Amino acid sequence: MHIVVCIKQVPDSAQIRVHPVTNTIMRQGVPAIVNPYDLFALEEALRLKDRFGGRVTVLCMGPPQAEDSLRKCVSFGADDAILVTDRAFAGADTLATSYALASAIRQIGREQAVDLVFTGKQTVDGDTAQVGPGIAKRLGLQLLTYVSRIVELDMDAKKIVIERRAEGGVQVLRTAVPCLITMLENTNELRFASMPSMINAARVPIRRWNKDDAGIEDIEKIGLKGSPTVVSKVFGPTPRTEKAEMLAVEESSLRDVSLNLIQRLFTRHPGLEQQLLERSDA
Amino acid sequence: MNQATVKRPAGRGGRNLELPEHLKRYKGVWVFIEHDRGHVHQVSWELMGAARQLADTLGAEVAGVLMGGPDEPLETFAQEAFGYGADLCYVTRAPVLAGYRNEPFTRGLTELVNTYQPEIMLLGATTMGRDLAGSVATTLQTGLTADCTELNIDPTSRALAATRPTFGGSLLCTIMTLAYRPQMATVRPRVMPMPKKDATRSGRIIEGTLDLAESEIVTKLLDFIPDASSNKINLAYADIIVSGGKGMKKPENFELIWNLARVLGAEVGATRPVVQAGWVEAERQVGQTGKTVRPKLYIAAGISGAIQHRVGMEGADAIVAINSDPNAPIFDFAHYGIVGNAMTVLPALTEAFRAHLAARSAGGVVAA
Ligand SMILES: Cc1cc2nc3c(=O)[nH]c(=O)nc-3n(C[C@H](O)[C@H](O)[C@H](O)COP(=O)(O)OP(=O)(O)OC[C@H]3O[C@@H](n4cnc5c(N)ncnc54)[C@H](O)[C@@H]3O)c2cc1C
Ligand SMILES: Nc1ncnc2c1ncn2[C@@H]1O[C@H](COP(=O)(O)O)[C@@H](O)[C@H]1O
Repeated sequence: MHIVVCIKQVPDSAQIRVHPVTNTIMRQGVPAIVNPYDLFALEEALRLKDRFGGRVTVLCMGPPQAEDSLRKCVSFGADDAILVTDRAFAGADTLATSYALASAIRQIGREQAVDLVFTGKQTVDGDTAQVGPGIAKRLGLQLLTYVSRIVELDMDAKKIVIERRAEGGVQVLRTAVPCLITMLENTNELRFASMPSMINAARVPIRRWNKDDAGIEDIEKIGLKGSPTVVSKVFGPTPRTEKAEMLAVEESSLRDVSLNLIQRLFTRHPGLEQQLLERSDA
Repeated sequence: MNQATVKRPAGRGGRNLELPEHLKRYKGVWVFIEHDRGHVHQVSWELMGAARQLADTLGAEVAGVLMGGPDEPLETFAQEAFGYGADLCYVTRAPVLAGYRNEPFTRGLTELVNTYQPEIMLLGATTMGRDLAGSVATTLQTGLTADCTELNIDPTSRALAATRPTFGGSLLCTIMTLAYRPQMATVRPRVMPMPKKDATRSGRIIEGTLDLAESEIVTKLLDFIPDASSNKINLAYADIIVSGGKGMKKPENFELIWNLARVLGAEVGATRPVVQAGWVEAERQVGQTGKTVRPKLYIAAGISGAIQHRVGMEGADAIVAINSDPNAPIFDFAHYGIVGNAMTVLPALTEAFRAHLAARSAGGVVAA
């Protein structure tokens, strides 16, 4: 079995600071990590490999430094890693990204047929959850989003049964392999990197593909040119003009503070009090 | 990412940002109306309100899109849609559209867009809306802006200016689709206010079907397991939420949050670190990677007010913050702030609410 997992390298947004005056991201010193959601996809792929044998290829489109993230995935047990990197990809939105990744997956499939493609639910920097559905559409693969569990996989019959999170419940779906799965978060727990795979990760060659290696046929469809969306403005959240009414505890007893708050609250929002009273009547 | 407003983005990277002549025909604002087991998802009506405003600015019509199986009450939903501001509804019925699946819905919606040519199409950023929007936008090769928090019409280009958080909510960006149609956007539940319903409004229904046989569809829906009503946590639509953060220190202290919530008939919310520590269920997380909420009252105890939390709850009508640090960022956007120890403030507040409500419902006057 051959599984491709798409992973993205993202800035650790917990550590991002925004410049207070210019409203630009201060990237210096912000560590880059594997998009946390993608690790659930990687783990699920590795579990399938444990059960069925075969290979896991990790694929990333990004700058040369993204090699570190791919190496990290190899240390967890991925067999092969491909970095699609080319200046021509810069400025890609989700439509252009899915075009490039779909081309690369087609190219990977020429070396060894691909049975499953995994992506994360979404990225923490782009946060769109669109790249997975985009890749599926371009490759003509059945799309299974927000998958919480793989119930059954029959590689002889080429059938898969999964559970996916839907509004108000769980859908159980059966479809044909190959297909594309976007994995829900917190559905599994990532393994520790074993010693042999850590050693392997340090010396495994990360393959670098430029746009030709990745089999890009139409350069109008990649990078900025292939992106229909235009970022017209980036700005910081507006501070509320009105400051909070502060009730300091030191000045009075806790009871007084509480009553004071309740009075101000219900004077300003009479409907709220009404609603609470109707509730306690019932 | 560059910061400055791009005044004239044309030509950047050799891109053509002019709208081609044949796409200028695309008119009207559409809302995909999501429904499931006899109910319309409220996000669709929230979007209808937003669509009405956009369409009024453009001088265009609002259309609702309803797709479903032969036995579903789509006409009833259409009447509701008119009440919330739609001028017309496209109602597509086919056996393969009973129960959501990506393939038939993508086919159906794509065909509808190609036939009737809307300039803007809005969908809820739900598991269904996001699944469908990504596939449809890729098929149509157009721009899609996900999880928007604000939708406007840019006065110069008359394009949709869709604002969304980026970099984990640290910044906001406004995105436009200039040279492609339709302009697509998804919006999370509770981001837009619920519009008022006018039951006297009516509109046109345009019926259609989808020429797709079940045998042509690869993915089969085997079962739907509804969430047990006992563990249904409806945070997004709760009127009152009491939330706790890492400042509650210990899981046992969260009982204080629950106590206040019980007195107020409120839902309990939490920050991400609290969820990660396993103090409460993941469904209770409020924020960028949790739920967006818009309650009438949001009480935040021991919550610093990080931007990723703020984006999920700043739409609340009234925000009360309890924090021991007077400089906590939450006081920058709360309406009422109590600087103090949550462990002592919460019980006092709980008792005060209880006493006040008891006295008021007994018809008595409460001493201030
Ligand atoms: C990509 C990304 C997505 C994220 N998504 C979310 C999200 O969806 N939701 C979310 O909430 N967070 C999210 N976060 C995390 C977010 O950045 C913050 O770390 C988090 O919101 C902080 O939680 P907190 O306020 O509970 O904890 P802290 O920031 O640790 O704050 C605790 C507060 O409690 C106060 N305190 C301490 N003791 C007391 C006391 N005795 N009484 C009263 N107050 C006390 C402290 O003064 C402090 O202000 C995300 C982060 C990233 C990077
Ligand atoms: N540049 C990229 N390289 C590899 N995979 C990506 C890239 N961008 C997005 N993905 C995959 O697509 C998923 C959804 O991304 P997004 O649509 O940006 O939220 C991610 O979880 C990744 O699995």
